[in-house]
Amino acid sequence: MKELVELLARNLVEHPDQVRVTESGDDHLLVLEIQVAPDDVGKIIGRQGRVVNAIRTVVRAAAGRQGRRVNVEVQS
Amino acid sequence: MSWLEKRGRTVDEAVAAALEELALPEDAVEIEVLAEGQKGLLGRWGVREAHVRVRPRRRKVEAAVAFVRDVTRTMGLDAQVEGREVADGIWVEIRGRDLGRLIGRRGRTLDALQYLVNLVVARRHEDRRPVIVDVEGYRRRRRDALEDLAVRMALRARRLGRAVSLGPMAAAERRVIHLALQDHPEVSTHSEGEEPLRRVIITPRPGNGAAVAERRRHDSPIR
Repeated sequence: MKELVELLARNLVEHPDQVRVTESGDDHLLVLEIQVAPDDVGKIIGRQGRVVNAIRTVVRAAAGRQGRRVNVEVQS
Repeated sequence: MSWLEKRGRTVDEAVAAALEELALPEDAVEIEVLAEGQKGLLGRWGVREAHVRVRPRRRKVEAAVAFVRDVTRTMGLDAQVEGREVADGIWVEIRGRDLGRLIGRRGRTLDALQYLVNLVVARRHEDRRPVIVDVEGYRRRRRDALEDLAVRMALRARRLGRAVSLGPMAAAERRVIHLALQDHPEVSTHSEGEEPLRRVIITPRPGNGAAVAERRRHDSPIR
């Protein structure tokens, strides 16, 4: 899941080299936190969160079979 | 794709050297002139070299296909991805087994992926055509189903002699309904309501021999 979030995030920002994704959580919930350059935060969230919501939708589809909830957050 | 920088006595010479090295014709590359050359006096004083950079032009369709391939591979899906250009759009078709989760409920995952693909490729391309991502013909089938629905509901509106309201739909789906009925002699269409509950209303045109529209309240939603 981490690689997928990294791939999506790197392609959406101006500074792909500054994208970091960290995993945390437990057996029931996986939390993926995206960290980007300060001027890329708006790009990754999008107006009314549209971009990060699209990322969540795609990542949850990928995680579908694992039986663990996945959340994607943006560090700001 | 990285730039190849070249210098030469003139811009043309520098470009020619770059094309030679890339083994590409001029219309297959992007060229940026960093410095115009200057011949100088008697070819000796004030001579300045021309400086250009050149890279292969990647068409929008190629960029979109490459990104979708990366995504499906990273998702662990066994899928083939192909691009196709039409006049008003760039289609990216994904084929393979067991791709239902890439579509999602009522195409929600597919719509999210398509949204991201458009963001990713729009930044680097002047081509304004939208990218449409499809999985195993899902969008085509959905469009066919919507067109069938449009025709059935037009008949119904005419038969009842009053406006018929369809269920809430996304903008792209409403557009399919409007286009399917735009040349229909007996009904007209428009949309009402606020997103995401906006819906198409099909209204019979008056005086075409069928039941005359008595513009009552809308029919209850159907679908």
